[in-house]
Amino acid sequence: MPVRVDRPLRVVVAEDAVLLRAGLVGLLERFGHTVVAAVGDATALAAAVATHEPDIVVADVRMPPGFTDEGLRAVVALRASRPSLAVLVLSQYVEQTYATELLDSQRGAGVGYLLKDRVGQVTQFIDAVNQVAAGGTVVDPEVVLQLLSRRRDPLRRLTAREREVLALAAEGRSNTAIARTLVVSEAAIAKHIGSILAKLDLPPADDDHRRVLAVLAYLRG
Amino acid sequence: MQNPVRFLASSWPWRSLAYLVSGVLVGAATVASLAVLLIGGTLLAVALVGLVLLFAAALSGPVVARFERMRLRLVDHDPAPDPHRAPLEPGWRGWLAVRLREQQTWRELGYVVVSALALWWIDFAILALSLSLPVVSAGEIVVDPQVPWFGRIFLAVVTPVLVLVAAYPVTVWAGARAALARTILAPRDAEIGARLTEVARSRARLVDAFEVERRRIERDLHDGAQQRLVGLTLALGLARLDLPDGSPAAGSIDDAHEQATLALAELRELIRGVHPQVLTDRGLIAAAADLASRSPVPVDIDITLPGRLPTAVETTAYFVIAETLANVAKHSRAGRAAVRGRLLDRRLIVEIRDDGVGGADSAAGTGLSGLLDRAAAADGTLAVSSPAGGPTIITLELPCRSE
Repeated sequence: MPVRVDRPLRVVVAEDAVLLRAGLVGLLERFGHTVVAAVGDATALAAAVATHEPDIVVADVRMPPGFTDEGLRAVVALRASRPSLAVLVLSQYVEQTYATELLDSQRGAGVGYLLKDRVGQVTQFIDAVNQVAAGGTVVDPEVVLQLLSRRRDPLRRLTAREREVLALAAEGRSNTAIARTLVVSEAAIAKHIGSILAKLDLPPADDDHRRVLAVLAYLRG
Repeated sequence: MQNPVRFLASSWPWRSLAYLVSGVLVGAATVASLAVLLIGGTLLAVALVGLVLLFAAALSGPVVARFERMRLRLVDHDPAPDPHRAPLEPGWRGWLAVRLREQQTWRELGYVVVSALALWWIDFAILALSLSLPVVSAGEIVVDPQVPWFGRIFLAVVTPVLVLVAAYPVTVWAGARAALARTILAPRDAEIGARLTEVARSRARLVDAFEVERRRIERDLHDGAQQRLVGLTLALGLARLDLPDGSPAAGSIDDAHEQATLALAELRELIRGVHPQVLTDRGLIAAAADLASRSPVPVDIDITLPGRLPTAVETTAYFVIAETLANVAKHSRAGRAAVRGRLLDRRLIVEIRDDGVGGADSAAGTGLSGLLDRAAAADGTLAVSSPAGGPTIITLELPCRSE
């Protein structure tokens, strides 16, 4: 079940594998979005964005001609000239460097970084698309896990439950979503969040998005 | 001695002639320059300039030897490799520092002295004797009116024969002279060195080819199996949307979806093991940080490099770090590990230490022997220090040959 029923989005899909490109288009259209262009390389992506001015770009990190990180570089460049452009980047595997570069572009608003495998979790994937298009930040749980494991020392002060909540918050979820995932009340989550921010010496923040950024910035330390 | 007709028709007499003629020219030039340097140096020795001239004369060996090695190509198919070491630093100071310490420099000076005092005079004498007879007899026919007609016929027959005969001493001496030059100027150990260089090069080519192959496998897995599996999970996820919760079909689809997702996770790890994409994209520092973030033991990364390194060096260093950190997690019971990397004097030095129990032994069939092989294949060294009780320090050194 989608978290929120948003307006239909105009999407540009950039993915070099034909099979997957068709799958992504089918998936997005199935949930009522319009794919205005589906392209297979970084040059075509830039052209498509210029032509269609989409609400969101869903792009693979690795694309022709070099099959390295052309897709990522392309969206970072696109966001530099269009700060409001939302981008959701799909990666073959989690690389912190990529995540960091994305989150550093326009302070991480309207950015998503997900493992490609998550496409198969269709409802979660569509949630992520909606959230990013709405200006939110979505980070793959794998990245969060890695970041958490890197900053072990201060995190020892958190309880197991608080760590769970922190991981979900870092993925960009709202209190409501976290409460639903952990099957507790929203008030309990708000209390956990307050305690986490206090323990990590982070400024209290009511706004989900600012909170995510604070947590991620802390984890990237 | 081979068939004289075939010998005389071959290029050898001409090559030998060219060798001796060039020997005379180089010899004359050498003697003249040395004379100027020595006389000038002695006269001006009171002023310091003279000492510089004498010094230059002493260092004439490598210069002349270079010409001599080039000339050897005239009569010797085997290349004469330059036995000198390349200077470590650019500029004349680096050159001097290396040359003055090399035995080869003084051997070559000896050769110059012998050549100036004897060899080139012999070149000249052999040429003069061999060539003067036919020239004189031919001259007799043309210019001397006193020669009777049968004398002329005799000379006309003899002259070509003399020319042919002259080819022999010229060739024999050229051969002897070339053998002597090769012995002094391109010693055997240099040839062995050249062969070793060739072996090292072919090994480096093998390592590179292996690396290209790994990348190809990675690309194929990524473009083939991985994309199809993602497509499969996507199709299953969409199919699941159309099924009511709790129906038997929904259960089966959920199971299939889970299996495909697990397969994807395994494939992802496999591909990472075959070829780490982040290394190709971002280089060693980013790849090492990535390894550290996956390590169950906390790892501090401290690597500073001026830029990207040759691919083979980056790959070797990456796998050594990866396997060492895996060993740390498996065997060391360490609480912390640290990776330091620096580029010193065109060598990459990577030090990996942990505060574990120590006792790592390269002979005990741990991953260490594999690491030693990896380092050796890239012309590097790997030192292991792991006393019982720790700490374990593994130091990798790799030469960065420029690409």
